Amino acid sequence: MDHDENMAVDTEEFKSEMLTRYPAKVAKKRKRQIVINQVDAGEQVPEILANSRTIPGILTMRGCSYAGCKGVVLGPTRDILQITHGPIGCGFYSWSTRRNQTRPETPDSPNYMTYAMSTDLQEDEIIFGGEKKLKAAIDEAVALFHPKAIGIFATCPVGLIGDDVHAVAREMEAKYPDINIFGFSCEGYKGVSQSAGHHVANNKVFTDVVGLDDTPKPGKFRFNILGEYNIGGDAFEIERIVAACGITLHSTFSGNSNYQEFISAHTVDLNTVMCHRSINYLAEMMEIKYGIPWFKVNFVGADATAKSLRKIAAFFGDKALMEQTEKVIEAEMVAVRKVRDEVKARCQGKKVMLFVGGSRAHHYQELFDEMGMETIAAGYEFAHRDDYEGRKVLPNILVDADSRNIEELKVEKDPERYKARKSEEEMEKMKTEGFTFNDYRGMMTEMKDKALIIDDLNHYEMEKLIEKYHPDVICAGVKEKYVVQKQGIPLKQLHSYDYMGPYAGFVGAINFYREIDRLVHSKVFKLTKAPWQDSPELTANYGWTN
Amino acid sequence: MIAEAIKTKSPSRSYTSTRNACKLCAPFGACIVFRGISGCIPLIHGSQGCSTYIRRYGISHFREPIDIASSNFTESTAIFGGRDNLELALSNVTRQYKPEAIGVTSTCLSETIGENVPMYIAQYEKDRSEREKNGGSKEPALFYASTPSYRGTHMDGFHEAIYSVVSKLAGTSVASENVEEPKHLNLISGFVSSEDLRELHKILSSFEMPYTLLPDYSESLDGGSWEEYQKLPKGGTPLESIRRMSSAVGTITLGESIPREHDASAWLESNFGVKAARVPMPIGIENTDAFFSQLTEFTGRPISQKWMDVRGRLIDAYIDGHKYCFGKKAIVYGEEDFVLAICSFLSELGIEPVLVATGAVSDSFKSRILSILKKNRSEPLVMDDADFVTMLEKAKDLSPDFVMGSSKGFYLAKNLEIPLIRCGFPIHDRMGGHRILHLGYRGTLNLFDLVCNTLMQIKQSSSKIGYTYI
Ligand code: SF4
Ligand code: SF4
Repeated sequence: MDHDENMAVDTEEFKSEMLTRYPAKVAKKRKRQIVINQVDAGEQVPEILANSRTIPGILTMRGCSYAGCKGVVLGPTRDILQITHGPIGCGFYSWSTRRNQTRPETPDSPNYMTYAMSTDLQEDEIIFGGEKKLKAAIDEAVALFHPKAIGIFATCPVGLIGDDVHAVAREMEAKYPDINIFGFSCEGYKGVSQSAGHHVANNKVFTDVVGLDDTPKPGKFRFNILGEYNIGGDAFEIERIVAACGITLHSTFSGNSNYQEFISAHTVDLNTVMCHRSINYLAEMMEIKYGIPWFKVNFVGADATAKSLRKIAAFFGDKALMEQTEKVIEAEMVAVRKVRDEVKARCQGKKVMLFVGGSRAHHYQELFDEMGMETIAAGYEFAHRDDYEGRKVLPNILVDADSRNIEELKVEKDPERYKARKSEEEMEKMKTEGFTFNDYRGMMTEMKDKALIIDDLNHYEMEKLIEKYHPDVICAGVKEKYVVQKQGIPLKQLHSYDYMGPYAGFVGAINFYREIDRLVHSKVFKLTKAPWQDSPELTANYGWTN
Repeated sequence: MIAEAIKTKSPSRSYTSTRNACKLCAPFGACIVFRGISGCIPLIHGSQGCSTYIRRYGISHFREPIDIASSNFTESTAIFGGRDNLELALSNVTRQYKPEAIGVTSTCLSETIGENVPMYIAQYEKDRSEREKNGGSKEPALFYASTPSYRGTHMDGFHEAIYSVVSKLAGTSVASENVEEPKHLNLISGFVSSEDLRELHKILSSFEMPYTLLPDYSESLDGGSWEEYQKLPKGGTPLESIRRMSSAVGTITLGESIPREHDASAWLESNFGVKAARVPMPIGIENTDAFFSQLTEFTGRPISQKWMDVRGRLIDAYIDGHKYCFGKKAIVYGEEDFVLAICSFLSELGIEPVLVATGAVSDSFKSRILSILKKNRSEPLVMDDADFVTMLEKAKDLSPDFVMGSSKGFYLAKNLEIPLIRCGFPIHDRMGGHRILHLGYRGTLNLFDLVCNTLMQIKQSSSKIGYTYI
């Protein structure tokens, strides 16, 4: 039997074996969330159940809507002052933990990222309402910093005690007309994961922030990157590369970003989307309202970076720009190839699993591919079907109660600011030439047949996967890190990057090759057994007795 | 002034909002306790976000797996109640983990909607005893700690969880009552490091009397690598040991700030007549002496020579290091009992804490600190209900030499351009935070070296000549 067939038999068997341990109802659900990949003609892949409630008592990797809204999307912005309205924990746990980096324009420019302000609700407010305290907190924030903008984030109890963060925002904005104050209804119980919070964040940023200022940044070719959060300095590396090509990055949502860039973000000619899951809503809405086309890019992986740069340059269609882009790629690739070849020789054929995020489990396969490593299983924490199967399935996604409680905005053309960036004919021509817009092919279409795709992986399944496949490295988050490493397998965190990075762009690719090389060849995992443990007589009573 | 518009709990509070908090939420503390009980898994009754945040936070300090389940509230659960979710979660956790116990905590959400969790649990237990009678397998013990975070901090959750476990289990041992039990002792440790718990084991064993150390995450939150997969890391206070706490010769509780209604030792005393003694956290010579004396009193056994020797070395070190320490100024913050003990230790060295803060609201904090620091040359600024931004604002005029406390004081120290001596919880920007030894004579010696060496380093690097003998 050749390898692929072997794996095929394995995966089927493995899946049913894993499911037998669940009670019938749970098994029925998990069966639809665990899929064996198969890419057919027209990029047809099997249907997966995603963005569905985690069953109580099953240990999930997922967080809450507040985490997605405040922690992920708005967190990396440095000069929107953020106030968590709720009891202390939620705000405390989201206090600069994601290691988003930022670079204020001048040493005196505001940066509130290390500042965690909370209304720290107490019992009296839970009983009598917390709006008064929230207003006082806003007064204090204004007195202290006089920020350009203030975001208020609702946590679970807030909705239930009847506090209206939007009403408070309106009232306080009337009091301080030069400050943009807005609230987010991102109570943690809304939606099935952080994903709901992304949507809440997108909506508010779209209605209350983008479009307030029509001043563009100087530059001929201007674009935004949506869904890049500057973990480990990724956005810095991307900024470096696009600048070298001669392209103006107007605004990143939201790594290394500021308020001014947000409010004028509609002045660009192109939106590119990195993390599709967290921010595709904004790209869609900006296209309808302002006429800005968007497509998906990926700056994770040296080849993927080159491909994305070429696509951006081709969009602008300027010959000199395209030439300069090629030059940059060529120059950067020299160093990349050198390290890649060296590392590949050692890492070729090693196996990896990725269970993380709403795009990273897909993007990082590029880097492993470049190193000759094989992804044998992957899955997202909080993605939806379109992130697995591609946007073509969007019309078929069922709207359940959990998605229904997140508002879908009705968006229309802006009578003044709408401007088609390219004529209809131009767009048509580009499309017939194979240029794709509004595209995301999804993770599964780019993975091998028979690979395991598992949505919302839990602890028990992780344990089974390790037992069965013993991969050389697993990529996930901090909650999984230590339980995996206790079993002798290195785990690379792809949320915080283990406080390393950057991993995006060309320099990032080199960093990642080296990091994975270090991990899979670390000596320490070979030291877990002491020499005397190899002789059975000595280890006879070593196992746990109960 | 804006702040006056709102009733604030503490007079030392000048701001309504909390800016860079110096406290965590209550379920966090409860989960740590539950992980310190053998085979026990915590389950947070509320939305999954709380449990995810709390797991992640604990892991960043301990660098160990910390599994915490959740009953995963949805929007409709939040409206119609979470009983079904809780039952489902309990049965799923039981099936997956086969735990000896499940420690349920509430959240702000379940408390806000007024969930009657004790009633749910009682009913669940009743139903399952039916199931067990009908041949089902033995199911885990269930504890419930009510932990609304709008009332108190992680320490309230910590104490409440201990209380919930003791009040549920103590006195329920089924071991035959006729057999004479050996004399034994209870020790309730407070929120200390894994290394501290190991030290407490050493100290207790030296008194040659069986004991119950509760909680005990010395292994469960600081274990080795695994030969075989462990659903729940081993270690933790055995349930049987907790059942027997009712017949102990006494209970020593480390820390004096536990509110009476959460005090497990008071409960044991009033229900079973087990003598209760509260002592300060044994950091510094005086506090450690008090702890050892209490141990002698309860066990009737002398302090072993081994500890006397360490004590001797500690005194010797104090004498050697005094010239570096005397008159230096420190900022200390953290949990009440921890801060009280650190202040007592620093003042033994001649160091003056100039700013002393805790995130908890406490009426007695200030007077206790002042009585410990009565020899200070100038009165220290003492704040309860404190946060880090306020601390920074106040600290600027106090010209402190160093900051002592958790990683959360990093910005404070950075802004003041003075060193941060990391101890306590959380420590997520250094290795081995959970392996820092604070307690006993040996812990004090360890802290002494840390403090003294930091001061020596300042002296050395600020000297133009760069002495190598100082
Ligand atoms: S809601 Fe309460 S329990 Fe949950 S994280 Fe926030 S403060 Fe903690
Ligand atoms: S209370 Fe709600 S918002 Fe806060 S952490 Fe928990 S789930 Fe998230």
